[in-house]
Amino acid sequence: MSEPLLSVRDLQVGFRTQGGFVDAVRGVSFDVHPGETLAIVGESGSGKSTTAMAIINLLASNGRITGGEVLFEGRDLAKVSRREMEDVRGRLIGLVPQDPMQSLNPVWRIGFQVEEAIRANGIATGKRDVRKRAVAVLREAGLSDADRRLGQFPHEFSGGMRQRVLIGIALSGDPKLVIADEPTSALDVTVQRRILDHLDTLTSQHGTAMILITHDLGLAAERAEKMIVMNRGRIVEAGPALEILRDPRHPYTKRLVAAAPSIASTRLESSAGSGAADSGASADGGIDLAIAARAARASREAAGPPAIEFRDVTKVFKLRKPSGIGSVDFTAVDQVSFQVPRGSTLALVGESGSGKSTAAKLLLQLEDKTSGTILVDGKDTDELSGRETFELRSRMQPVFQDPYGSLDPLRNIGNTIVEPLEVHRVGDRASRRARVLEVLDQVALPASVVTRYPNELSGGQRQRVAIARALALKPDVVVLDEAVSALDVLVQAQVLTLLADLQAELGLTYLFITHDLAVVRVIADRVVVMEKGRVVEQATVDEVFANPQQQYTRELLDAIPGRDLLV
Amino acid sequence: MSRSDAPAAPAPAAERFVADFTGDELGAVDEVRVSEKRSNLWLDAWRDLRGRWMFWASAAMILFIVFVALFPTAFTQVPPNDGCILSVQNQTQADELGVPIGTKISDHGPLPGHPLGFTKQGCDVFSRIVHGTSTSLSVGIIVSIMVAVIGIVIGAFAGFFGGWLDSVLMRFGDIVFAIPYVLAAVVVMSMFLHDRNIWVISLAIGAFSWPSTARILRSEVLRVKNSDFVMASTALGLSRVRTMLAHVLPNSIAPVIVVTTIGLAGAITAEATLSFLGVGLPNNIFMSWGNDISAAQTSLRTNPAALIYPSIALSLTVLAFIVMGEAVRDALDPRARASR
Repeated sequence: MSEPLLSVRDLQVGFRTQGGFVDAVRGVSFDVHPGETLAIVGESGSGKSTTAMAIINLLASNGRITGGEVLFEGRDLAKVSRREMEDVRGRLIGLVPQDPMQSLNPVWRIGFQVEEAIRANGIATGKRDVRKRAVAVLREAGLSDADRRLGQFPHEFSGGMRQRVLIGIALSGDPKLVIADEPTSALDVTVQRRILDHLDTLTSQHGTAMILITHDLGLAAERAEKMIVMNRGRIVEAGPALEILRDPRHPYTKRLVAAAPSIASTRLESSAGSGAADSGASADGGIDLAIAARAARASREAAGPPAIEFRDVTKVFKLRKPSGIGSVDFTAVDQVSFQVPRGSTLALVGESGSGKSTAAKLLLQLEDKTSGTILVDGKDTDELSGRETFELRSRMQPVFQDPYGSLDPLRNIGNTIVEPLEVHRVGDRASRRARVLEVLDQVALPASVVTRYPNELSGGQRQRVAIARALALKPDVVVLDEAVSALDVLVQAQVLTLLADLQAELGLTYLFITHDLAVVRVIADRVVVMEKGRVVEQATVDEVFANPQQQYTRELLDAIPGRDLLV
Repeated sequence: MSRSDAPAAPAPAAERFVADFTGDELGAVDEVRVSEKRSNLWLDAWRDLRGRWMFWASAAMILFIVFVALFPTAFTQVPPNDGCILSVQNQTQADELGVPIGTKISDHGPLPGHPLGFTKQGCDVFSRIVHGTSTSLSVGIIVSIMVAVIGIVIGAFAGFFGGWLDSVLMRFGDIVFAIPYVLAAVVVMSMFLHDRNIWVISLAIGAFSWPSTARILRSEVLRVKNSDFVMASTALGLSRVRTMLAHVLPNSIAPVIVVTTIGLAGAITAEATLSFLGVGLPNNIFMSWGNDISAAQTSLRTNPAALIYPSIALSLTVLAFIVMGEAVRDALDPRARASR
């Protein structure tokens, strides 16, 4: 019993890059016992995925294991031949990949891909046996009507269903260990929960051990018995998952715990009275979201007409029929009404396809609404002249989700930020330059980035540049479309704190669009929950969290991982 | 070996491990670390190109070819067309060539001062190749620029504005694409029977080869125009045309550059093809490799040299441009860069 299934000893992994040899994993050791779940937590670049990939030798072609041992049932996997490794993969160690959208071959039927895995692992031979086994795998993966499903193509499956198929494939060889690399990061929150529940059930039924790789401390603590926190290729803290979450000892872990929005939401009350500094930056240079949340709450709503008002706004898209002739109506936004008071934050929450981003585009005049009224500062946007619409754009700025896509890769940061000033003919060259430096300072970026290009900056920094560009024209309203969703926890906390500070300083109004209710708790004043284009619930943040009225809202709340762990 | 009962008991309590605090775990969150080197797509591409010998070899080759085209007399003093003789008629000619009177010069092998021999018309092969360079190269460059400009304009408008404009332009492109360019060029060149020149033949080739460039640019524009940064500029209040010129085009032009360099080789070949078919440039006014290859085919068995040497010149030029195109394509593609 005490014999570990997998024992990693002093693992070292390096990558050959243009800048020389880079150590990605520097001396990592841990054990996984049969039937146990181990979570590896860390930011991107911490080496957590590299560690897992090194175990089954699926490193990128420029990476290799430079030292240490990977003992699986006493055999060192770092030294086995490619042939032997192929036998290990699938049959002894299964892999659930990160992105279900990319991990199935779109040109083959689901059945073919499941059967391929079954045949490759030698679980069954003979056409009929393989088929029978494939049906069993899908049924176990929780897909009803498995027979019919086998004949379908990946594009006919939703993200959650695809991940179920992939879990099924990973478990089809009845492996002793499953490596799940961020298995639900690409999925909607409620789907995420169901998939993880399912994975839990299956692994405990089969007695399979699991290595769960995640960036989310709450999720790790909820799903795993043991947890490893990694930072820059090293383990900084390891031990029972809950214990680490409740009592982080290493300064880095403390910082991670403080920055995690899912956990911060329950910390809110506990640290509210402790009276730390006004900004979100705490003494050790880390960021405590709870304090940031208080800063956000401190910005009071100003009087006057609401900055934004939606009245029964509807957007209908005409979709081409599969036959190519004629079109069908798709109502993306259905009779949506809400108000955002000046200087406050409204969070628009919902899963993908709920119409929240379309609502933002309608506000930004990037799409034309089908019916209804949108008022900005009490003025109907339909009644604005072309000139006034142009001016409206200067007072309402967007920040988009993808920090890699929202900046023109061929323009340096200075030119990117100055562009809105040029378009709106604000000031002369010298004053524009001064304004660029001013907004860069507001988002805490050094002036030296002016001549840099987006690919030299990290995701969080790009997002700060995008915020700086949005601020350049001194707007009243900033529309943040999933603006922090793609960022690592610490960086996310930093950007959230920045947003809260800027709001307090400049009196900005935020329309904050997100799928993540945990983030809402720390940044927003009011919440509008959307489902399938309709508003299902709207209330203040505290009301929604304390007393959700709708089943859908409750589901979203339950989907916040680790929410109940710190009570 | 049933494993369902294996982990009934909870795993042994894992002991707590806390690494020593070294201090470097707590750098400022998301510290700005920019390299001293400025970088962007084009700069990265240039840095990458600098390190490729294929690039330098093809660049040297192309520079040499351009030099030959500009200054043919630096390489040969022999006129390519004038003074061609079928046989040695008088003593001056005999002294010049160092052969007795009455020697047949047509299709003759190398003689002193005439390293590659003579054509059927008794013209110097080497001189014709050297003087033909400018025609072949001009046609190549003019066609490439024409194709790039037409392709970029049509592709950009079709991709960016979409809708009926896209449909009309692209269907028009399909129609043009469906006509084999050789056939089309034959028709055009037959229309200009008496005043054929470099521009006419370039037009004949270029007018029918832009659709593939337009398609490539259109697909790039479609990809780029959905980027968030394009949406951000729209939200800023940039006009559509300005968005297209400032953000969409620069980000979608890279593949067109590559296709154009490769297409240049194709245009040179096309000119040669048309000349070979007899609908190219008049061979008594314009020296061109295609002309020479065409004229030499009749004496392939008796004097293969007259055919082979211009063919080699053509092949080397085409090769140089294709290699250059490949190098540029690899340099512009970050994935190709990474895997090197």
